[in-house]
Amino acid sequence: MSWIENYVRPRIQQLVRRTPTQSDLWRQCPACGQMIFHQDLDRAQMVCPNCSHHMRIGAKARFDLLFDADGHDVLTMPQTPADPLKFRDQKRYTDRLKDAVNKNGPGDALKAAAGRIDGMPAVVAVLDFAFMGGSMGAAVGAGFVASVRAAIERKAGFVAITASGGARMQEGILSLMQMPRTVAALGMLKDAGLPYIVVLTDPTTGGVSASFAMLGDIAIAEPGAGIGFAGQRVIKETIGQTLPEGFQRAEYLYDHGMIDMVVTRAEMKATLGRVLSLLMQPTRAVANLPALVADTAKADAAAPAQAGVALKPGGKASRARATEPKQPETKQAEATKAEPRT
Amino acid sequence: MLTPLAFERPVLELEARIEDLRKLGQHDDLDLSEETQRLEAQIEKSLAQLYGKLTPWQRVQVARHPNRPRALSVINALIDDFTPLAGDRLYGEDEAIIGGIGRLKGRSVVVIGQEKGGDTASRVKHNFGMAHPEGYRKAMRLMDLAERFKLPVVSFVDTPGAFPGIEAEERGQAEAIARCLQKGLEIETPFVAAVLGEGGSGGAVAIAAADKLLMFEHSVYSVISPEGCASILWRSAEQAPEAAEALRMTAKDLYDLGVADAIVPEPVGGAHRDPQAAIQSLGDAIVSALGETEAGGVTGAELKRRRRERFLKIGG
Repeated sequence: MSWIENYVRPRIQQLVRRTPTQSDLWRQCPACGQMIFHQDLDRAQMVCPNCSHHMRIGAKARFDLLFDADGHDVLTMPQTPADPLKFRDQKRYTDRLKDAVNKNGPGDALKAAAGRIDGMPAVVAVLDFAFMGGSMGAAVGAGFVASVRAAIERKAGFVAITASGGARMQEGILSLMQMPRTVAALGMLKDAGLPYIVVLTDPTTGGVSASFAMLGDIAIAEPGAGIGFAGQRVIKETIGQTLPEGFQRAEYLYDHGMIDMVVTRAEMKATLGRVLSLLMQPTRAVANLPALVADTAKADAAAPAQAGVALKPGGKASRARATEPKQPETKQAEATKAEPRT
Repeated sequence: MLTPLAFERPVLELEARIEDLRKLGQHDDLDLSEETQRLEAQIEKSLAQLYGKLTPWQRVQVARHPNRPRALSVINALIDDFTPLAGDRLYGEDEAIIGGIGRLKGRSVVVIGQEKGGDTASRVKHNFGMAHPEGYRKAMRLMDLAERFKLPVVSFVDTPGAFPGIEAEERGQAEAIARCLQKGLEIETPFVAAVLGEGGSGGAVAIAAADKLLMFEHSVYSVISPEGCASILWRSAEQAPEAAEALRMTAKDLYDLGVADAIVPEPVGGAHRDPQAAIQSLGDAIVSALGETEAGGVTGAELKRRRRERFLKIGG
């Protein structure tokens, strides 16, 4: 309309806009120190191509990685009292919250979305470590309860992806009470017969690890993720000893029987889709059973094509399903009808 | 003898003077009873004054007082035929959490309590009330027992927190706390928890997500110790008094925040001056909390539903 809009405004925007600098284009891996070009890093899902270090990623990136390409609904999180204790240390809690919102966008540390993972209905709740260390206060607790209710409503599997330093101490005892709150929510999910899968990412400690994070029907961790109850500094101070190599890492928890599997980011979607399918569609597995029992040779031959989903962890077969989720389902349903179980 | 608290100095000085007078009276045949009575009245008055306006940080000191009623002394006084039960059936016996069956005013109950110990030897034995995973797994086992025999669960909270150590982590401290919490929310039997002294974070809530939460008047319950909070947010543990205030961790705070259901009054000058009187009030409070929980002959399933609802909305 006017020269202000057509000429002046773009000029001002151009002046204000940051030009990409060297540090935007290259990122250093915090584990091995390798400089990685940002496009390469994005393509690798924020996993270092040199040392496979899994860098921390936010909720949106998680949703994009896990949900099928046909989209997902980001759930609206409930409103909670912002600063119940009027907490103030060297800084007001409300100011810390404002800073966190300015840096990370609106909401709190927990974000959730509903969609499909390799065709399976799922609600995914993600704790974002960038938002005040993923700490759990009333907003996270209420969001968790709402996400569980959304899963029940949609008869969907519930996936929690954790990254948290623990309870949000600025909410005092009310933050501690989010531990029983989230655990109570899982009780509803259990009553509804829906699966709960936890993906533990770096870091998961304190009140989050000692509540919903450790209660998954299936517990998965990303490689190298630090997972534990007490922080390493606290343990060191308490016992006055150096900590063993790899202490509280995902692999350490696996070795001590605390988790089911360590799964790379690249394999995560396929693994979740497969596990959800196995738990939520028990008859699909039955369709393959007669062949496996009756004729081993035939079953072996069929395996890569049909049963590959179950046999090859995170293989291409399972991911291929994502593109046409409906077709194999109908085929197998017919097969079940044709071959009655004995 | 009572372990002195710094802020009690004026009272302690008066007590010392009474002691001196007594000694004097033994030597000479002087009648000092009038003077003694005067001093005692003064003590009573200044204790009431001091304890009437304790700062949160002072309350933390009282809550940690070594002469306060602890789980074992409470059990000895309130529970008849107490039969301790040991072990988690998985790894070991953890004496930071004691448990068993016994009778509270004639009624069989399952008791679970965190015990800090009273002297150096017993503190070591009970690991200062800091449980390992075994302690929480024993608590779960006892909750299962309670449910099987339809017995109420009464838990006593008094811990600085769950033990932070290599073995505790190895054996799944976080998982043990989470499962214990889950078990407490699932049992279809009445469940009353009482904070005796210090309710320290996840290690405390693991056995305290109950139908009713009672707190001794001078007990505290917090997501983190004031020292820990201060060293993170103020970058120095010396700011613990400020942190104690900011955390809103006293019994009255928790009552106002809707987390605690009742405050159990303590004798003037704190439970450590008259533990037996404090324990008797606690006993009455537990019995009435159990009565309220079960009012109207509520079913076990309904108890569980209500407990779940209570926590589903906690914090707004």
